[in-house]
Amino acid sequence: MIPPSFDYHAPKTLPEALALLGQLGDEAKVLSGGQSLLPLLKLRFAQPAHLVDIGRIPGLDYIKEEGGVLKIGALVREAALEASDVVRSRYPILADTAAVIADPIVRNLATVCGNLAHGDPANDHPATMLALGAEVVATGAKGARTIPIAQFFTGIFTTALQPAEVLTEIRIPAPPAGSGGAYVKLERKVGDFATAGAAAFLVLKGGVIERAGIGLTNVGPTPIKATAAEAYLAGKKADEAAFAEAGRLAGAAARPGADRRGSVEYKKEMARVLTVRALRKAAQRAGGK
Amino acid sequence: MSKHHVHVTVNGASLEAEVESRLLLVHLLRESFRLTGTHIGCDTTHCGACTVLLDGLPVKSCTVLAVQADGRSVTTVEGLEKDGKLHPIQEGFMQEHGLQCGYCTPGMMMTGYALLEKSKNPQEDEIRHAISGNLCRCTGYVNIVKAVQHAAAKLR
Repeated sequence: MIPPSFDYHAPKTLPEALALLGQLGDEAKVLSGGQSLLPLLKLRFAQPAHLVDIGRIPGLDYIKEEGGVLKIGALVREAALEASDVVRSRYPILADTAAVIADPIVRNLATVCGNLAHGDPANDHPATMLALGAEVVATGAKGARTIPIAQFFTGIFTTALQPAEVLTEIRIPAPPAGSGGAYVKLERKVGDFATAGAAAFLVLKGGVIERAGIGLTNVGPTPIKATAAEAYLAGKKADEAAFAEAGRLAGAAARPGADRRGSVEYKKEMARVLTVRALRKAAQRAGGK
Repeated sequence: MSKHHVHVTVNGASLEAEVESRLLLVHLLRESFRLTGTHIGCDTTHCGACTVLLDGLPVKSCTVLAVQADGRSVTTVEGLEKDGKLHPIQEGFMQEHGLQCGYCTPGMMMTGYALLEKSKNPQEDEIRHAISGNLCRCTGYVNIVKAVQHAAAKLR
């Protein structure tokens, strides 16, 4: 399969890319890792007249903790996230997530920011970022703005990014003491999109949950922030009874469609089960276990 | 539809071509450069038959534009043999019967090669993880794992 025709642009700097995107408007798509965009083009699900390849812009592949925030630049590949020392030691939920995206070869090119900007409810990082309360930086020719992740996913394959903006950075609050997170995914085989997935982040104090974040993958038209489950958990003891009820609430928040991966009932049930498992693992990690 | 003049270092040789924006790397390799060792399997980023090394890292060349490889280096299965001598990864696939129909083999060997660049004594788990983006419908992977281990032993 050969993609439809388009013009290709390879700006050398971010301002150059932003100027181009400003001129081309919604005729253009941003190309970074290309592991979602190129398959989409081949299948004619998208036919942009222009691709603006940001892959040759230097300085966008950083992962760094700065001022109590983890910053992930636009060109950080999934493989780099998975291998990063700071991620493995301080943000294991991110390593969990990267490790189940597509396969190791795809992860050599696929980018973390692209996983969000693509707006696919089947992608894995959105749930994790919802659980962590991340923000994304959208940069346009006139400057940058930050968007809380909970306001980022506006519909299926649509986000709050404007056509002339690039998602240049993800910002994740550094984990407070006594916190932990985990991502669990059910997939039919390596490389498949999730049948369902759940991300959980817990902040514990003396065995009591101060704050909980829960995100769900591929059980609705957008990634889902399970707000009722999060609210329920606040102030509860971090035990099986609380996780069971939070799982029930998360399953009830899922709005999946039936497809070859399962029926509506099955996917809602999997959202419940996976939420419980993610909470359990998050609590273990929060306890330093 | 823009055209681009690309320079790619393929298996150490500096090659160039005039390409359409939409040309895929695997087509550049197979059709422009006539290096048909790299196979097209699923064409949908699943099977890994088209795996080549781009600046040393395995990538699926059906999901990279030729123009994205401009100025970069690509290694294909044809680049494994040196001076008429097979690379240990190739020896391994031969000695351990790591192939049956052979369709996945070029991609499998490129992924195996890249694994052995960073891991000198990979255990079965590590090999199976590394090749989890390369599908083989014949072997059940058992002999592929042995082939990679054979190569690892030879390289140590």
